[in-house]
Amino acid sequence: MKYMFEIVCLLLIVGIFVLTQVISNQFYFFIGFVILQYMVLATAWNILGGYAGYVNFGSAGFLATGAYTSVALINFLDIGLIEQMIIGGAMAGLLGLITGYLTLRLRGVYFAIATLALAIILETVVAHWDYVGGAAGTSILPKRKPELFDIMIVDRKTGVFANYKEYLFFLMGTVAVLSVWIARYIEQSKLGRGLNAIKDSEEAAECMGVPTLRLKLIATTISGAMMGVAGAPLASYLTFIDPLSAFNLEYAVNAIAMPMIGGTVSWMGPVIGALLLGTAQQVSSLWIQSELNLLIVGVLLVVFVIIAPEGIVGWFRKSRQGSRR
Amino acid sequence: MSEPLLKIEGISKHFGGFTALNNVTTHVNPGERFGLIGPNGSGKTTMINCVSGLLRNEEGKIIFDGRDVTDLKPHKRTGAGIARSFQIPRPFHTMSVIENLMIPAEFVGHHRGDKYDDRAESMEILETMGMADKAEDPTTDLTQIELRKLELARAMAAKPKLLISDEAMAGLTGQEVDEVIDILFKMNERGITIIMIEHIMRAVMRFSQRIICLDAGQLIAEGTPEDIMKDKGVERAYLGSTDEDG
Repeated sequence: MKYMFEIVCLLLIVGIFVLTQVISNQFYFFIGFVILQYMVLATAWNILGGYAGYVNFGSAGFLATGAYTSVALINFLDIGLIEQMIIGGAMAGLLGLITGYLTLRLRGVYFAIATLALAIILETVVAHWDYVGGAAGTSILPKRKPELFDIMIVDRKTGVFANYKEYLFFLMGTVAVLSVWIARYIEQSKLGRGLNAIKDSEEAAECMGVPTLRLKLIATTISGAMMGVAGAPLASYLTFIDPLSAFNLEYAVNAIAMPMIGGTVSWMGPVIGALLLGTAQQVSSLWIQSELNLLIVGVLLVVFVIIAPEGIVGWFRKSRQGSRR
Repeated sequence: MSEPLLKIEGISKHFGGFTALNNVTTHVNPGERFGLIGPNGSGKTTMINCVSGLLRNEEGKIIFDGRDVTDLKPHKRTGAGIARSFQIPRPFHTMSVIENLMIPAEFVGHHRGDKYDDRAESMEILETMGMADKAEDPTTDLTQIELRKLELARAMAAKPKLLISDEAMAGLTGQEVDEVIDILFKMNERGITIIMIEHIMRAVMRFSQRIICLDAGQLIAEGTPEDIMKDKGVERAYLGSTDEDG
């Protein structure tokens, strides 16, 4: 069926909504949000890193752009979460476009360094910007009774969601499904094939009629925007935000590690990687020790680089091809 | 005589203080088999990089098919009808052979609008190359000559008016060289103008109708293969090394 995937996407969103209505233990939404956020981040990273071969080491910078756009918007206009996510995404997308322009001559490790530098510059700027809390950070109190089209969204008795954790979980779940849909769409489109050609040989791609600059800018913009959307609700989720948490290196590392472990060639890779690594990290940091999760990333990365350099998806594909021969 | 397909008007290219191309003027006629020779470092690859757009010449103009393409990006020039192969093969290595051809087939897209089968068209090109059986193979499995043929096949998939073959035969055996020449002859018979850059003199002399020779960025000779063979300047440029290749 032609729209099978779209139907599954819709069902997933409905399923996520049902979960928020059925489960009452807030704790699951608390950790579920983080895993879903990583899924968006990893999927976004993979559009540029996996399809086009440009390794972005500054994912935290794009995520924080979304987060701090929200903080500024809350301070300035007191607008709702969905608007924050849209504007935060737009800002991060714009940042992606600018990054693309500034780094268009850089390849390989130089591009990675440039993106890392970008994140550090942004962190410095935010740390000195008192309106959004500066280096000390700021507390964010979500709207007491948010409404959307006259429907009460969050209220213990009359709202669609009983509390903010459920609402945030639902929003991030929807965004995750949408980003995976976008990634899959790109992968199967002319854009995806062009990005793949760029990854293999940029000069050959250009000489074979691929408008490499335009495709790269589209990729940096979409990837940046998705990261911004993922970051926009961060302040509301944590109810407090400072540069250290928004620009955390963990975001940058996980955004790379998750697609690498899952497999960068397909949209499924980042999803699998985020589910696996995200869950492992949450479980270990909550039940065992909070410092353990970085160790887990490190060990898993080393293991995968050795036994399955093309990630879980690549490994499955290879073993399937192997058995056919 | 008809208007040349490609006119190169006084192009120069410098890399820092080094002059790679110095005021080169030449032209290629429609349907012509054109040879470009010169010793190592004489500016052959720089010249075709300027023609294909990977490098921008600082002075002079490049006119293709009656249109000034000097300021066009490479992909636009490919769209206009200039396609090239690379000296060191640069296949899209994560794709299969036929997928390599489908990139230019899709992106150059002379067939936008009507129902056109990129795959069938690509397959046809592979057949003329004798590579149809390799269509679904990953490019990492290909041998040297197959990689060279893939370079030419992929350039053909862009449906060019002008094909630039950059040392497609370097490092191949005598028999393989003949095979590549035959392919280039076949393409030429279909009306495609071909610029051949080659060190293998036997191949250039057999293939070309007209040859130019570059030395240290300067055009030093132009003429039929016979003229070039007799030219004292060319002999000097090569320091007699032409004998080696026949």
